[in-house]
Amino acid sequence: MRFLLALVAGALFGAGLFLSGMTDTTKVQGWLDVFGNWDPTLAFVMAGAILPMAVAWRLTAARKPLTGGAFPAPSRPELDHRLITGSVLFGMGWGLAGLCPGPAMASLSYGGLGGVIFLVSMMAGMALAPGIGGKLDRLASAA
Amino acid sequence: MDMDWIWGLVGGLLIGLGGAVYLLGNGRIMGASGILGGLVDGTGRGSAGERAMFILGLVATPLVLSVLFRPDIATHLTDDYAVVIAAGLLVGVGTRIANGCTSGHGVCGISRLSLRGIVATVFYILAGGLTLVLFRHVLGVI
Repeated sequence: MRFLLALVAGALFGAGLFLSGMTDTTKVQGWLDVFGNWDPTLAFVMAGAILPMAVAWRLTAARKPLTGGAFPAPSRPELDHRLITGSVLFGMGWGLAGLCPGPAMASLSYGGLGGVIFLVSMMAGMALAPGIGGKLDRLASAA
Repeated sequence: MDMDWIWGLVGGLLIGLGGAVYLLGNGRIMGASGILGGLVDGTGRGSAGERAMFILGLVATPLVLSVLFRPDIATHLTDDYAVVIAAGLLVGVGTRIANGCTSGHGVCGISRLSLRGIVATVFYILAGGLTLVLFRHVLGVI
């Protein structure tokens, strides 16, 4: 059941990224490029996605997940250097290529060689992240 | 072009619906970087099966939809592979250090009014916008 629900969730996510045009890097970069031909689509995608999710979060109150277990813990209030540094690094890569992790996977079948190179580089970055994160922690505690 | 925002909204609703299924069904936050990253660095070994199924669905629907309705679809990714590799590394390292990306911090975080999700989203959008403007309009390399 967990596998089936994960498959359905992934399928909906993929269909949404495909239909919204978010696997097209020109639309994503068009949103980030306020000095170019600005494209507002991404804001509509975000708004559309946040609506059902906001309802879903409300429904988690006093309930358990369908397949048992527990819902994620409440979001922590503290902002740490990892959140900021990581988000800045991610944003730089996102701006350069116009791809973030979801669309990078969703476009695998039509993204060509460049898409595969991006995906492999991204996974290499994910493998390197624990080591780099540890170095950042030492820098932050020394500062 | 004029219909783009409607498709954006419809696609967004489907993305949010996927996140709702993953949350209410499996009790998990639908974050693309976390689901894949947990498989890459081994921290998600205990839930490898459902992660793999999620990714299977995520890859399969655009494949089927593109073949059926949009055989001409393209990502228009730059063919400068140095930029592609640098961007991929930055996205991989950054999302894992920040513990989330556009789906985890953006969609799932903002919808529960998480301060961390909101702050992360502000920072990656600012960094993305500044990087794009710098490399496109100032340096002219992308």
